[in-house]
Amino acid sequence: MNFNITALVPELFFLCMVLALMVQSLGSREWKPPVERWLPFGACAAFFVTITGFHLHGTMFWDVYKVDLMSQFFKIVITFGFYVVVLNASRQPTLAEGKRADYYMLLGFSTFGLMLLASSVELITIYLALELASYSMYAVIPLRAKDKGAAEAGIKYIMFGAVATALALYGLSYIMATQHTTHIAELMNKSWSFADQPMAVVGLSLFLGGMFFKLALFPFHFWCPDVYQGASNETAAFVATMPKMGAIVVLCRLAVLLKPGLEITTILAVLGALSMTFGNLSALAQTDIKRLLGFSSVAHAGYIMVGLVSGTPEGIGAAAFYGMAYLVMNLLVFWIVSRVASDGRNLKLTDLNGLYKKAPALAFSLAAGAFALVGLPPTMGFMGKFFLITSAWDHGYNWLVITLVLNSAIAIYYYLSLFRHAFTEETTPSEVAPPDNGWFASAGAGMLAAAVLVIGMIPAPLFNFAINAGKTLYGITVTFSGGGH
Amino acid sequence: MDFGYPVLTILIAFPLVAACGLFFLRAPQVVRYYTMAVSLIECLLAVPLSGFKLNADFQFVEKIDWVHQWGLQYYLGVDGISILMVLLTIAVLPLCVMCSWTYIGKRVKEFHFCLLFMTASVLGVFCALDLVLFYVFWEAMLIPMYLLIAVWGGDDRKYASLKFFLYTLAGSTLLLAAIVAFRITGGTFSIPDLMQMNFSFRFQFWAFLAMALAFAIKVPMFPFHTWLPAAHVQAPSAGSVILAAVLLKMGTYGFLRFCLPLTPAASEYFAPMMIAISVVSILYGGAIALGQQDIKKLVAYSSVGHMGFVTLGIFLFNQRGVEGALFQMLNHGIVTGALFMMIGAVYERSHSREISKNMGLGKYLPAFMFFWGLMALASFGFPGTNGFVGEILVFIGAFEQSTILGMLLVPGALLAAAYMFRVSLKMAWGKPSTAKTWRDLNAREWIYLTIPAVFVFWIGLAPTPFFKVIDPSINKLLEDFDSRKVAVVETVQPLQTAAADVLNVTAEKE
Repeated sequence: MNFNITALVPELFFLCMVLALMVQSLGSREWKPPVERWLPFGACAAFFVTITGFHLHGTMFWDVYKVDLMSQFFKIVITFGFYVVVLNASRQPTLAEGKRADYYMLLGFSTFGLMLLASSVELITIYLALELASYSMYAVIPLRAKDKGAAEAGIKYIMFGAVATALALYGLSYIMATQHTTHIAELMNKSWSFADQPMAVVGLSLFLGGMFFKLALFPFHFWCPDVYQGASNETAAFVATMPKMGAIVVLCRLAVLLKPGLEITTILAVLGALSMTFGNLSALAQTDIKRLLGFSSVAHAGYIMVGLVSGTPEGIGAAAFYGMAYLVMNLLVFWIVSRVASDGRNLKLTDLNGLYKKAPALAFSLAAGAFALVGLPPTMGFMGKFFLITSAWDHGYNWLVITLVLNSAIAIYYYLSLFRHAFTEETTPSEVAPPDNGWFASAGAGMLAAAVLVIGMIPAPLFNFAINAGKTLYGITVTFSGGGH
Repeated sequence: MDFGYPVLTILIAFPLVAACGLFFLRAPQVVRYYTMAVSLIECLLAVPLSGFKLNADFQFVEKIDWVHQWGLQYYLGVDGISILMVLLTIAVLPLCVMCSWTYIGKRVKEFHFCLLFMTASVLGVFCALDLVLFYVFWEAMLIPMYLLIAVWGGDDRKYASLKFFLYTLAGSTLLLAAIVAFRITGGTFSIPDLMQMNFSFRFQFWAFLAMALAFAIKVPMFPFHTWLPAAHVQAPSAGSVILAAVLLKMGTYGFLRFCLPLTPAASEYFAPMMIAISVVSILYGGAIALGQQDIKKLVAYSSVGHMGFVTLGIFLFNQRGVEGALFQMLNHGIVTGALFMMIGAVYERSHSREISKNMGLGKYLPAFMFFWGLMALASFGFPGTNGFVGEILVFIGAFEQSTILGMLLVPGALLAAAYMFRVSLKMAWGKPSTAKTWRDLNAREWIYLTIPAVFVFWIGLAPTPFFKVIDPSINKLLEDFDSRKVAVVETVQPLQTAAADVLNVTAEKE
């Protein structure tokens, strides 16, 4: 066991932070620790610590834990997401006063689990990290004061989650029994064709099913819109983005097994196509913004499959990049949803009416977020989608690429209605809490929108990072030359 | 020629930067003067384009790596085909600002922001020489145009704007797939490089269809034209002007820039279909225009007919035809733009676009009717005006191709005269007159109508300078086309091949 503590600095830093939260969650009626005073700074520091660790590498704990470019890429994304989620949640109106420290502790543990997941390269480790990330989620979702819907959402999430995890575990046992190893690096050299190893393929499909549940890929998506709707806006922002990063990183690592043309790859491609079509068509009919975003994330899970089935480092890099784009875009939209619903209610589309007048900065940022989710240039969403389809073209799944581009045409309708309500509808509903139009709301939205636009125009540095990360998974040595072109 | 600074980038970036400056202004009148100044400066910035050399090369080229690993480049340049469109776009901007001076009363700041944003992205479309960059600008233009219709449009603006957005976006999604396919097959996104390559017929077949759908919706050609009348009627007059003068040209520009050079064999194969659709567009647009009660709708349908002449000229593949198409693009921009501005002007007086509410203007608004008459004549190609030059060239090209095709165009031209006379006669002398209390053109209106009028006569009477600009590029385009159109036809039964492709894909999917 080679243990290199410097390679673990980001995780250790984060762990210390979570432990501090744990201590504070012991607070009683006399001692109410001011969590929200320091946590944003802590989360910000964790983000920067992770950035400074972008070049770390090493394998430890008997080769089950690997720090490489891919893991560092996702750790940066995850800590960034945590930072934004914490900032977002610090103004949460529907969280009971005494539960604040606990809430953040649970978010922290879940995020910590995701960070471990990013580095796990062995199926049992992946499973354990996934459970750490999931258990806290089960507790967080119902934390919405005086709301029965949240409890319902929580139960749904647990039930679906339990079934999905059971399936994954079951599949894991098949893989272990037939391929005699659980290390991805060794699994890479085994045959994954159905003719050679039928049980292994079934096992891998079931194991992937567990990941698809996290990712909300059709047909594992049923929890998604309900949980988004039931959970508070701020919790939904977390559920919508962070666990998916965990699923994407695992899928990226497992994608090296998926050579184009294999049965299992085709299953993934078909699921991807169904997922995007189903998600987009269902989203057309939604009026609750969070449900709409829920179905949209089902569609986005389908888009990510396009990169994963291409079987090239570029495809995996593109999927990772799209994962990051997805996180930023969704955090942006959820930020606006949380700020507009300043009393913590669920928003209908009509609640956005006249937003351009009431909160111009939020409205403009919403436009950036909505058009990024459609994939209109010059945003991150366009670049992500473009990289996905370029990497997948001519690798046997051209029909999937065509399905993706046609889906953009369906998707435009409901994203456009976000934009339409915010900018062109004049009749505003009366007697609702006005949107938060303070500097905090505007600055956060503005910065996220700027990120969406700037990365859309200058994607090269981050994209090179993602591509190099994809190459390391295939064992291609990458000469690291920093960012730039 | 090197001017020591990137001319095209500045042209594209300046309106964007200036548009951001709008956020610091407050009073509507200040906003108008500011945008007017910006658009005049933009015209000045275009002066270096007069250094355009009369040859077929891409000029004012700028090339920077964008995403190196993916082969994306920031690659701009203009040639004889695009430079006229660039100049037209820049010239239309101040006219748009002037014609919405009093027309736009609400959210003035945002309106001018959209105008400037729009101009920048359209310029980008005409200058881009990288496929992805082209697509970025192509799509970026949708949002401001959507807003122009959806916020400042007429009563039915929601429907019209949504239809516009959905049609154009749906069309261009497959364009993106085609772009990606070009990259994987040809190895580059650079348009000039791709122009040198020969692709297999099967590839060209699908690439042509994907691109042609996007461009045909934009033009718009006959079965895809329904968004246009809705959008034109509902849009504010500046929106209509931009839509007619510039946006529609993007479609035909796409045909010239992409379909002919990149997929010559497929263009040749599909030419009869495209010609047939163009002829239908001409006749159908004209016939429908004849029956309209709404002036704006009438001009919108006339656009369908005029753009039919353009696509027809392009797919004749002979010198006169393509020259005629380019002239028609320019002319349609000038004339229809002016007609829409005048409809805006008369709408401000009558608050109606119905012909019956705008009759008998001749006695009370002589200056207005002078310009209207001039533009109407130009619109149906009266000799001495610019419309004549474009139409006669397409006619010559069509007759060169086949006499029957030429004969088919004659009713199209007659229809154009018929509907234009019908509306103009009523507007000039129709009774009862509704114009007794209206003021004739004011100074601002004089200015923005005189500018297109000058061009009507200039192109109509002395088109030589324009020929000199476009001819080298057109010759090169057609030479390339002729040398490559048959070189790669590998299969005699393209339809069967295509059907086999589709069946294979569905078989794979199962």
